[in-house]
Amino acid sequence: MEWFAKNIEKLISFVNYIRNFNQNKFMEHKLLLLGDEAIAQGAIDAGLSGIYAYPGTPSTEITEYVQRSKEAHEKNISSEWSANEKTAMETALGMSYAGKRAMACMKHVGLNVAADPFINSAITGAHGGLIVVSADDPSMHSSQNEQDSRFYGKFAMIPILEPSNQQEAYDMVNYGFNFSEKMKIPVLLRITTRLAHSRAGVKRNISKEQNKGGLHDNLKQFILLPAIARKQYKDLLNKQSEFEKASEESSFNKYIAGEDKKLGIIACGIANNYLMENYPDRKVPYPVLKICQYPVPKKIIEKIYDECDEILVLEDGYPLVEELLKGLLGKGKKIKGRLDGTIPRDGELNPNIVATALGKDFTKGKEIPEFIAGRPPSLCRGCSHNDTFLALNEAMSDYSKGRVFSDIGCYTLSALKPLESINSCVDMGASITMAIGAADAGMIPAVATIGDSTFTHSGITGLLDAVNNKSPITILILDNLTTAMTGGQKSSAFGKIEDICLGVGVEKEHIHIIKPLIKYHEGNVKIIKEELAYKGVSVIIPRRECVQTLNKRMRAKHKIKTVSL
Amino acid sequence: MKKDIILAGVGGQGILSIAAIIGTAAINAGLFLKQAEVHGMSQRGGDVQSHLRLSSEEIASDLIPGGLTDLIVSVEPMESLRYLPMLSPDGWLITNTEPFVNIPNYPDINKVISEIEAFPRHIALNAEQIAKDLGSVRSANIVMLGACSPFLDLDYYLLENAIRNILQNKGEELVKINIDAFKAGLKFAEENK
Repeated sequence: MEWFAKNIEKLISFVNYIRNFNQNKFMEHKLLLLGDEAIAQGAIDAGLSGIYAYPGTPSTEITEYVQRSKEAHEKNISSEWSANEKTAMETALGMSYAGKRAMACMKHVGLNVAADPFINSAITGAHGGLIVVSADDPSMHSSQNEQDSRFYGKFAMIPILEPSNQQEAYDMVNYGFNFSEKMKIPVLLRITTRLAHSRAGVKRNISKEQNKGGLHDNLKQFILLPAIARKQYKDLLNKQSEFEKASEESSFNKYIAGEDKKLGIIACGIANNYLMENYPDRKVPYPVLKICQYPVPKKIIEKIYDECDEILVLEDGYPLVEELLKGLLGKGKKIKGRLDGTIPRDGELNPNIVATALGKDFTKGKEIPEFIAGRPPSLCRGCSHNDTFLALNEAMSDYSKGRVFSDIGCYTLSALKPLESINSCVDMGASITMAIGAADAGMIPAVATIGDSTFTHSGITGLLDAVNNKSPITILILDNLTTAMTGGQKSSAFGKIEDICLGVGVEKEHIHIIKPLIKYHEGNVKIIKEELAYKGVSVIIPRRECVQTLNKRMRAKHKIKTVSL
Repeated sequence: MKKDIILAGVGGQGILSIAAIIGTAAINAGLFLKQAEVHGMSQRGGDVQSHLRLSSEEIASDLIPGGLTDLIVSVEPMESLRYLPMLSPDGWLITNTEPFVNIPNYPDINKVISEIEAFPRHIALNAEQIAKDLGSVRSANIVMLGACSPFLDLDYYLLENAIRNILQNKGEELVKINIDAFKAGLKFAEENK
């Protein structure tokens, strides 16, 4: 009896556990998925035939999920990484041309790289369902800007879907593919970091077969010669009213009535969640319009505008809807949002920013103690880049400062203390081309540092320019044998860098492979110094595996027992 | 039932594993869940945090509203204090006391610890030492999971089962080490709360 009393809690919890277990078995099974993963699973279930992407935070996990999925493998879904977002977008368009469902995924700045095929795919139109996913990063958690991809969708004049939660992200993929095929148009799926990298339970639908494929009726559709393009463009213009009608009828756009007409609230995508968080019973006293499909549903906007005294626009990213409503002169009703200062002009939204915009109080915790130090990201212990930049810093000490152009990757962290090696980071591949321009301006020598994967993404064409221009620049292609910053994806450059450089025309005697380790420091400095003195194109390839992928590989090999979860 | 939890630490310390285990247990308990993670650049030795929300009702925001967090669970002592503005006035601060020093201006650890100890509802334990004593220093994150488990309103067996599920492919020995780490953290919290 005493034992029973002592252990009663454990017994109850055990009984509950069994009960939960059985309940779950019969309950509709939910998967716990990141927003990114919900899109991937949604695509697999919607009959996807190919996903094309270049890794980029916060979009990477979409493609990784498909690559890991046993089901996708069995269905023979193509999911190999592309060299960059432009090639990914074009490959997806090719699959759509051949009648199958394709997806191209990228981070927001990747859409800049893919912009040419993206904008033109609106003119060619689609055949097999085509979805372009662009993952925006407001607040720049891991990016160089916070551009809003909805402007790209508007610019291309194509429909945009913007899920507010993981379930919608899953559901919108199937809807998007159907809509794309029905309207013969690519669809943009826009997400932001918070949805991409947040998990929630997602219910699956029945999985669809892939399209059999086959040609479209109009074999000229994809030939954008001016005469055909003019016709195609008119078709696109004519489709606009149908896109708008679809937005007005879409179940993703919802008007919710409210008693208090002093204010009307338009909440786009994930902003809707921050609004609802401020009303624990989920009953907002004001009329609310939730927008998750674009072009904006004009008629519903007109309704809320007409019936309310003022409008508050909540949108994560740039003030797209707010600008539309306000117009150039802002002479209509008062529109509150990012433009009038009700909400900060930059950075992502959160429940507290929305509370402030609603004039609501919120609980504040204690202040952060003053002595808490910032902890910026840094290169890993043992990282090859560290040894490379120590050698470069020493070699550069003979010259005046400000000559090292760099690129996008882990090595960008060499801008921070203690290394402080680099002077630029703009976009994928810009290190080489900016060095050419600076050298043309008389900055000799100029140096470029670029990662292996970034080099094959957008560095090769710049290298060709340098060779043709006989630029006195020294290029360090930092080869850690992987796409490291985004988590160690396969690099398109693997095993090909020397051959590419030779093929592009770099002289053999000015291509060097060095091992970035402290024990070779002096020899490495000597090689860099010699090439800095050479008045032509030099390529130095510091090559050593990324310590993260090395650890991962070793763990998998030896199944080290002390591995943490 | 509603629990809003901030998991804190330094990139690479395993906070996403804590989140994955609690998440699996919560889903198996039939709860709603949202969990916002940090991926990308910050994972390279920077400060990282995850917002983990559990509720019997549907959850709206992926981010916890400031000042309403029920629990801060940190694998690193200074990082536990970084999120104080998020913590509710009656929330709990649960942290490892072993500092991870990868910056030159890391504050005096005594100052950090006394700030934590001045907090009315706190659990502070050397998870690293406890994990080391159990033979696996890398399980410090699971010791912290154990230490926060009495505050989660989740059955012990759900959590243990989640650890088993997630680790099942890595061998029985690793499962046992981590369940021991979990129990050690739980025991400390029960005795010190």
